Amino acid sequence: MAGSALWFFLLLAAALAGRATALWPWPQYIQTSDLRYPIFPHNFQFQYHVSSAAQPGCSVLDEAFQRYRDLLFGSDFWHRPDPAEKQHTLEINSLVIHVATPGCDQLPSLESAENYTLTINDEQNFLFSETVWGALRGLETFSQLVWRSPEGTDVMAYSKFNVFHWHMVDDPSFPYESFTFPELTRKGSYNPATHIYTAQDVKEVIEYARLRGIRVLVEFDTPGHTQSWGPGAPGLLTPCYSGSQPSGTFGPVNPILNSTYEFMSTFFLEVSSVFPDFYLHLGGDEVDFSCWKSNPDIQDFMKKKGFGNDFKKLESFYIQTLLDIVSAYGKGYVVWQEVFDNKVKVRPDTIIQVWREEAPVSYMKELELVTNASFRALLSAPWYLNHITYGPDWEKVYMVEPLAFDGTPEQKALVIGGEACMWGEYVDSTNLVPRLWPRAGAVAERLWSSKLVTNLDFASKRLADFRCELLRRGIQAQPLNVGYCEQEFEET
Amino acid sequence: MEQRGWGLPRLLGLLALLAVQVPRSSASSYMGLWPLPLSVEMSPRLLRLSPENFHIGHDSSSTAGPSCTILQEAFRRYYDYIFGFYKWHRGPAKSHAAPELEQLLVSVVLDSQCNAFPNVSSDESYSLLVKGPVAILKANRVWGVLRGLETFSQLIYQDSYGTFTINESNIVDSPRFPHRGILIDTARHYLPVKTILKTLDAMAFNKFNVLHWHIVDDQSFPYQSITFPQLSNKGSYSLSHVYTPNDVRIVIEYARLRGIRVIPEFDTPGHAQSWGKGQKDLLTPCYHGHTQSGTFGPINPILNTTYSFLSKFFNEISTVFPDHFIHLGGDEVEFQCWESNPDIQKFMQQKGFGTDFKKLEVFYIQKLFNIISTVNKGSIVWQEVFDNNVKLQPGVVVQVWKYGDYAKEQSRVTAEGFPVLLSAPWYLDYISYGQDWVKYYNVEPLDFDGLGQVLLVRDSGVVKMSEAHRMPTRD
Repeated sequence: MAGSALWFFLLLAAALAGRATALWPWPQYIQTSDLRYPIFPHNFQFQYHVSSAAQPGCSVLDEAFQRYRDLLFGSDFWHRPDPAEKQHTLEINSLVIHVATPGCDQLPSLESAENYTLTINDEQNFLFSETVWGALRGLETFSQLVWRSPEGTDVMAYSKFNVFHWHMVDDPSFPYESFTFPELTRKGSYNPATHIYTAQDVKEVIEYARLRGIRVLVEFDTPGHTQSWGPGAPGLLTPCYSGSQPSGTFGPVNPILNSTYEFMSTFFLEVSSVFPDFYLHLGGDEVDFSCWKSNPDIQDFMKKKGFGNDFKKLESFYIQTLLDIVSAYGKGYVVWQEVFDNKVKVRPDTIIQVWREEAPVSYMKELELVTNASFRALLSAPWYLNHITYGPDWEKVYMVEPLAFDGTPEQKALVIGGEACMWGEYVDSTNLVPRLWPRAGAVAERLWSSKLVTNLDFASKRLADFRCELLRRGIQAQPLNVGYCEQEFEET
Repeated sequence: MEQRGWGLPRLLGLLALLAVQVPRSSASSYMGLWPLPLSVEMSPRLLRLSPENFHIGHDSSSTAGPSCTILQEAFRRYYDYIFGFYKWHRGPAKSHAAPELEQLLVSVVLDSQCNAFPNVSSDESYSLLVKGPVAILKANRVWGVLRGLETFSQLIYQDSYGTFTINESNIVDSPRFPHRGILIDTARHYLPVKTILKTLDAMAFNKFNVLHWHIVDDQSFPYQSITFPQLSNKGSYSLSHVYTPNDVRIVIEYARLRGIRVIPEFDTPGHAQSWGKGQKDLLTPCYHGHTQSGTFGPINPILNTTYSFLSKFFNEISTVFPDHFIHLGGDEVEFQCWESNPDIQKFMQQKGFGTDFKKLEVFYIQKLFNIISTVNKGSIVWQEVFDNNVKLQPGVVVQVWKYGDYAKEQSRVTAEGFPVLLSAPWYLDYISYGQDWVKYYNVEPLDFDGLGQVLLVRDSGVVKMSEAHRMPTRD
């Protein structure tokens, strides 16, 4: 397979030598000739195959057809191909979509099949997929194969990303509008009138994502990273002590009180009902033990429990109770690697997210350890895109091979994917889009395409073209290197 | 997410530091003042402004009046900045207890220079007295008025009822350095005109007063020359990635209305690959042994055609760009191509330059300087020109950009009596994670050895641009 993959690469490269196709990420298997078919906008339509499980009324695909029509034909004129090129008299006036299994009104899940086959030739223009989610991936690829002339936040779908990990709250603010604990938002948000996500906002995001085959994985990070929960939930956080007196500051969630677990129980009941994905991210990272250490009640508790001086055991105690609460609601969970590193006893179906580059071990070693313990893993450590530096850092991102650790094939199968992270300390709506794109594209290809697709020259040209395509689609993606796009981003 | 070492404690420390520096007064009224004026006296007494009532006008004693476009445009612009983007509250006008500020009167003291272009010695000083019912903005020239209007707009805020409020205050202000610029590079990436104009707006908000337009380079030549149209026809990224004469005019006038000079940089003899596309025989053909390799190097310094081209070209530039100065570049000249070229080797022998190609570079730059003098313009060059011992006329400005030991370079240049522009520690394109603005802020431009090198020469356009170890009043 490796041999033929290379051959197809060359064939396609030759075909594309004259014009660049912004095909990103690279499909698993692609065979192409230099035959070209014209598409006339007023003639073209997306169609459901008569025996497709998805039919008109399937909102995910109906909406997608509209969206891709706009993307393809939104601009007014149609680029005239070079008359010197071989041109076919047959035009493409439809793309027929056949989805094998129903599921149009459902949500995508971790197990959703996203494969598709796209066939364009003299006899047929046909997109076949197992599920509607695969059809979406195929439509995206189709749109990238069509050149058109020069005219969204759909950019994740353009790169075939399929999970939006929403790190919803943290120390500095609590923008999530809770209906069980409205005080959390009122006291914890930057501004409860303007800087909040209402229930309606959340619903809209989830549906917008669903129509693009994107899951929403929400994270409510505890017991650390919870300063903003304190004002709206008095007694939730641990009061720190200065000697024998409370210092006035607060630390992580207080793990020794029953009220804490009653609170979490009620809170996560709400979260489980609002967020339909099977998984919730429960955080568990960077728990600072100093406040716990200083608190006399906690010291007593540690003695009673026989934890000695090992606060990892206290952390473990908290997390285990929390995981039990969340499992009772029929949810699965993802946690940051500290939960694993600190030997918290978690269920075998827990997903561990590896984010630390060097400590306690290199991230490759961590993947090995996590999968060796039979847990599934998500890789983020080398993909912290908020860590900006001068130059083409996308190359380093692109060259990461998530399975390059010592392990059995079964172990490697436990690495279910990864996430590009854009933490928000220095990022807001002024710079989120340029900082994320097209660099995240490098991660997108690594997670979608074959492990053999690693040639930087091939990637560089294609990614630059893909970036221009993003610009054309209204995404303010920053440049990768010196150069230009036909249509530059213009200030309004 | 990751190590939070940078986060909250560091930020609190920083805020504590700032709090100490800022005099105690109405906290909100000190916020938003950027850059900090030379002297600010703020009283806690508040005045309110009503959008329907308030207006900016010319004092009767002013040397400028309604015919002064630069001020008329500014009055309109600043009214908009103050009132335009806020949420309007339609309350009864006089229900508030605080007295009203009804007017800002602008008074230009000396000949206004209303229709002039700003230059390096332009007087940007102003004084602003904010008291009810009429505030006074006084300046020697229109340039000071522009700076003062910006400061005035930064003093106004809306209280929690939405009332436009300002503290009674007295501000006297002038810049520490006369050349405060931003360099943009439209060769590596084309910047649409709108982007350049937006940059000029933001510059004015920050009281920057020079747009250093690095307009062409190796990668592309977007400047549409009237004398040599093929330069951009063949050298731009595409025919739409071009700055027409009209585009250039728009930028220059937009800048002028904000008191900003536009200094174009046409960087030679290196960084000129794109020039060769539309101008045959301008660049040096490189050689592989005895045959041409097909590639080209810096501008060919031995041909007469080179200098007749440059003469005509810079003649055009001198008419298109009104600023007295043109930036000639002169950085990073690579010698290998010159070395490889047999005609150049012969020339080197003839001239007695031996194998010292710096001498050839010097030869070129000196002829270029002569061309620039002929068109009565001043020159700015990158530091290599100084470092390579080019004979610089007095008044040539040297721009220090190499980071290693830049303070020493500043000493060396000023010791020879040349004005210096400092850029080395301020390469904002070198992004990094975190609050890098702090290290830019902490740069002290006069932190170099140069006792006794005070050069305050203000005649025939030669101006001091860096003072050596004289205690500026602001420290």
